[in-house]
Amino acid sequence: MALLELRNVIRRFGDFTAVDNVSLSIETGEFFTLLGPSGCGKTTLLRLIAGFDTPDSGQILLDGEDIASTPPEKRSIHTVFQSYALFPHMTVTDNVAFPLKMSKVAPAEIRKRVEKALEEVQLSKFAHRFPHELSGGQKQRVAFARGLINRPRLLLMDEPLGALDAKLREDMQRELINLQKEVGITFIFVTHSQDEALALSQRIAVMNVGKIEQIGEPSTIYSAPANRFIADFIGKINLMEAGVTHISGEDMTLEIDGLGTITLPLKPAVQPGDRGVIAIRPEQVKVYALAERTEVPHAYTGKVLDFLYVGDVTTYVIELDNGVRMEALLANSAPGRARFFEVDDPVIVSWPQEAAQFLPDQP
Amino acid sequence: MKRTHLLLWLTASLVYIFLYIPLIIVVVYSFNDSRLNAEWVGFTLDWYYKLFHNQEMLLAARNSLFIAVSASLLATILGTMAGLAIHRYRIRVLPFLAFAPIAMPEILLGVSLLLFFLQVMNLTLGLISIIIAHTTFCVGFVAIIVRARLQGMDDSIFEAARDLGATPWQTFRLITLPLIMPAIAAGALMSFTLSIDDFVITFFTKGIGEPILPIQIYTMIKISVTPEINAISTLFMLLTLVLIIIANRLDSGILQGEKKS
Repeated sequence: MALLELRNVIRRFGDFTAVDNVSLSIETGEFFTLLGPSGCGKTTLLRLIAGFDTPDSGQILLDGEDIASTPPEKRSIHTVFQSYALFPHMTVTDNVAFPLKMSKVAPAEIRKRVEKALEEVQLSKFAHRFPHELSGGQKQRVAFARGLINRPRLLLMDEPLGALDAKLREDMQRELINLQKEVGITFIFVTHSQDEALALSQRIAVMNVGKIEQIGEPSTIYSAPANRFIADFIGKINLMEAGVTHISGEDMTLEIDGLGTITLPLKPAVQPGDRGVIAIRPEQVKVYALAERTEVPHAYTGKVLDFLYVGDVTTYVIELDNGVRMEALLANSAPGRARFFEVDDPVIVSWPQEAAQFLPDQP
Repeated sequence: MKRTHLLLWLTASLVYIFLYIPLIIVVVYSFNDSRLNAEWVGFTLDWYYKLFHNQEMLLAARNSLFIAVSASLLATILGTMAGLAIHRYRIRVLPFLAFAPIAMPEILLGVSLLLFFLQVMNLTLGLISIIIAHTTFCVGFVAIIVRARLQGMDDSIFEAARDLGATPWQTFRLITLPLIMPAIAAGALMSFTLSIDDFVITFFTKGIGEPILPIQIYTMIKISVTPEINAISTLFMLLTLVLIIIANRLDSGILQGEKKS
C-alpha cells in the first residue's frame, strides 16, 4: 500500500481551480518533488496534504486512511516552511522540543532527544540562542530538526532552500539527500527550481495550471518530456514546429517547418496530419566548422549568431540558412580552449536521430 | 549647513517651551504657599494635604480609577479579539467597524451613546454607562495595536504550531498570546490613559450623582482657581507620564519588530 495517495483532489478559489483533479501515490521512503512554475498549484497541494486547507472534493489517504478533513495537529505529517517559521520567542531547544511537548513526551525523554537531535545537525552550541541570533543555514537546520524530531510519516518542504545563497544551497542539497537516507522518512519537496528537483528527487511530478503533467524519475522527465510545456520548463531545449506527413510501419515522417523532413520511430497515437514540436536538447546538438565538410545525417548549414561563455561550457546561438534558430551547448574541455567559433562563422549543425523527439500538441 | 542647524534647534526649542511652560507653571505653583497663581511666596505641601482631605475629590479619583481599570480591561479583551479577527478574516468592513469610533468626533459619540443608553437600553446613567462608553472608544485603539503587531509577523508561525501537533487553543496560548503580549499591554495602558482623563464622553454619559475626576476638576475651576487644582493636575500628569513611558517602551518593540525572525 502506498504511504500517501491522492485521488481526484480538487481545490477551487472562486473561479480559479488551483488544484485540478490531481491523483498521485507516494511510497514509503521516497524523495518526491512537486515541481512547477509559481502559481501552478504545488503549494496549494502541499497545504492540502499538510491540512492547512481542505479539498473541495477528492480523497487524501495516509496509510490508506482518508485524512482530507483531519486537522493538521492530528496528522503524522510535518512541514518545513520556506520562511522556516521558527517560533521567535523560543530558544532553539524549545523550538525543537515543541512537537514532543505537544505529544506529551516525558520531560527527561524530551531533553535527551532534543540534545541528540541538535548534535546531529551540529547546533549543540546554539541550543540557547533565539532564532533571530542564527544565520539562514542554521535556522534551516533547526527547522529540519524540529520537523523530524518525533519521526513523522511524511515531511513536507515548501521551497526550503529558496532563501539561501547559491553556494550554501548546493551544500544543503547534499545534506538533505544524506539526511533523508539516514532518517528514512518520506520527503515531499516543493520547488520551482528544476535544478533542485533534478538533483534531489527520486521521482518528480511536474505541475502546470493545477494539473500534474508528468510523473517520473528525473532522468525520464529530462530526456523524455511528455509534452511541450515540460520540455520547455525543464532545462533548455530547442523546439521546432513540425507536422506528421505520413506513417509507415514503425516509422513516422515529419516535416520540420522551413527545415525539411526527418524520420523518427513511431510514437503511439500519432496520426498523419498531427502537429507539434521537434525537441532537441542543446547538448545533443553537434556543431562543425563548414570547412570540415563532415558527412553527417540531419546536417543543416548556418552561421553563429551569438554565444554565451560561462566558463565550463559555451552556448552558441546558430541561425540556420532558412531562418530557424538553434542553441548548441559545447563543453570547453580541451585544454586552453575558450571557444570553438566566433560570431558569423559558417557552421554545419546536426544531431543524432535519437536526440530528436516529437511532442504532439495537446488537443 | 550650520545656519539651518541653528534655526532647527531654535524652532524646536520654541515649540517645546510653548508646550511645556504652562505645564511647568502648574507644577511649580502647586507647591506655592499662596492662594494665587501670581507670585511665588514660599514652598508648601498644603495644597496636597488639602487635596487628600477633600472627600469629594477622593471619591471622584476612586470612581475615575475604577472606570479606567474596568474600561481598559474590557477594551483590552475585546480589542485583542477584534485585532485577531481583523487580521485573520480580512473582511473589509471589520476594521472599519472597529476603528470608526477613534475617528468619530467625541461629542458625536457622547451624544449617540447618551441617546442609546436612555432610549434603547433604558439604562440608569452612572458608573456602568461610563464604563461601557469608554470601552467603545478604547476597543479601536487596542485593535489597531494588536493588528499592527500581527501584521509584522510571519503567519506560517501559527500554521507551524498546528502542524507540529498543537491544537488551536494551544497555538493561541503558547504562540500567539506570548507574541502579541507587548501589543496587548501597550493597548491596555493606552486605554487606561484615554479613559482616566476623558471629559466629553464622560460628561454626556455620567448622569447625575457620582463625581468623576476630570469633571470634578472642571467644576472646581468654575468656582475659583485654587492651587488645589494645580496639585491634582500635577498628580494626574505624573500618572499619565508614567503610563506613557511604559506604553512607549512596549510599543517601540513593536515598531522595531524586535522579535521578528
